[in-house]
Amino acid sequence: MRNLWIFINRYNAFFLFVIFFTIGIILTVKNNTYQRSVTFNSTNEVVGHAYERLNVFKRYMNLGEVNDSLARENAKLNTRLLAMTTIDSAKNTIVKDTVNHVQYTYLAARVIKNSITLRNNIITINKGSVDGIESGMAVISAGKGVVGLVRDVSAHLATIESLLNKNTKISVSIKSTKALGSLVWGDRNSDYRKAFIKDIPNHFQIKLRDTVVTSGFGNFPPGILVGAISNKAVSTGDNFMTIETRLFNNFSTLQYVYVIKDKLAQEEKELESKLPNEQ
Amino acid sequence: MNSRLIVINVVRWFILLSVQVLLLRNLSFYDLATPFTYILFLLLLPFRMPNLLLYIIAFGTGLTLDSFYDTLGVHTAACVTLAFVRILFISVTVSRDNFDEPEPTLGNMGFKWFSLYALLCTFAHHLVLFLLEAFKLTELSYTLVRCLLSGIFTLFTVILIEFIFYNRKMR
Repeated sequence: MRNLWIFINRYNAFFLFVIFFTIGIILTVKNNTYQRSVTFNSTNEVVGHAYERLNVFKRYMNLGEVNDSLARENAKLNTRLLAMTTIDSAKNTIVKDTVNHVQYTYLAARVIKNSITLRNNIITINKGSVDGIESGMAVISAGKGVVGLVRDVSAHLATIESLLNKNTKISVSIKSTKALGSLVWGDRNSDYRKAFIKDIPNHFQIKLRDTVVTSGFGNFPPGILVGAISNKAVSTGDNFMTIETRLFNNFSTLQYVYVIKDKLAQEEKELESKLPNEQ
Repeated sequence: MNSRLIVINVVRWFILLSVQVLLLRNLSFYDLATPFTYILFLLLLPFRMPNLLLYIIAFGTGLTLDSFYDTLGVHTAACVTLAFVRILFISVTVSRDNFDEPEPTLGNMGFKWFSLYALLCTFAHHLVLFLLEAFKLTELSYTLVRCLLSGIFTLFTVILIEFIFYNRKMR
């Protein structure tokens, strides 16, 4: 014990250096938002690249399925293209200027990290601020529905707060009745194939297998598919009911997603910030 | 340590830190080189100072700078590193038992000793400072160039100030 004390005392310069330097580093990481965002998440270069390597294997495994879904989407887009090019000019009198006033643009990205088993699941994609991605943008998957919202963005990568996250809330409506509700995942539910719609008023008639789509309030464009109603009896006992929905999207095999850029998002935010705060 | 040394160091602390915060913070050459002349205060602290006190002063100085630069922790870590290098260098080059001089100034120690001392301390400080500020290794070469140029700039100002207040000890 005495020897140890003598040893520490002799090299006290070094030990004191270690102590004070550690305090300095802790202060740096805890208090500076930039350093904090770089250190501990998967937009970090090291972690991000490790996931990207790992993902090369996974992509081979699911190649068949991805091909199928791309082919399906191609077919669908071709059909739509056909419908657009053969406009019956006698029938359509209103001309929509869809070239100059495109509100939403899509940006394809590859998923390099995904999880479905956690309480708060985060997806990492291979596009970042260089490609124009900003925090808060909506993310959907090819033809099958909502995925989540962009959370943190680095130069070449971005993290998405997946729908399978207790912080994610998406405004949805039921297609047949137009009833509005908010889509949440958490609350005693850890099945990645289903989610709940909350705050639907009791007077709406709900039918099983009705389609649920996004309402257009918030960051998602209207009419994006979400799922089909699978159980309408999950009531909470007050004026609003909770409905269970089976998600169209299979989060376990997610590989390519579309990030949606809303041209008017900034404008809308500025306009609404002028409203008096009513809380 | 007598009271005269304490007063001189307190005055020096105020002058160097206000010059750093008010003047040098706004000075930069092509966004590459910024002088951090305040480290002169840490370089000139008296020889006969317990290590713990030295670290506490370095820590406090760094913390003060950080609150002005809004980079909490970065300058603190850099100053603590400087204190460590200073202790190592002095323990290697100056015999511990008989410090002839109270402070390691240019006039007391000679140009050769002082410039080497300032060089080592400055680059240790700047290396930690710029690496912590960048906090990633992808732009390593750019960070190192900034570190090198700022280091030269700091060293230049430090030695310049020492020459202005040069007084050779009468023996």
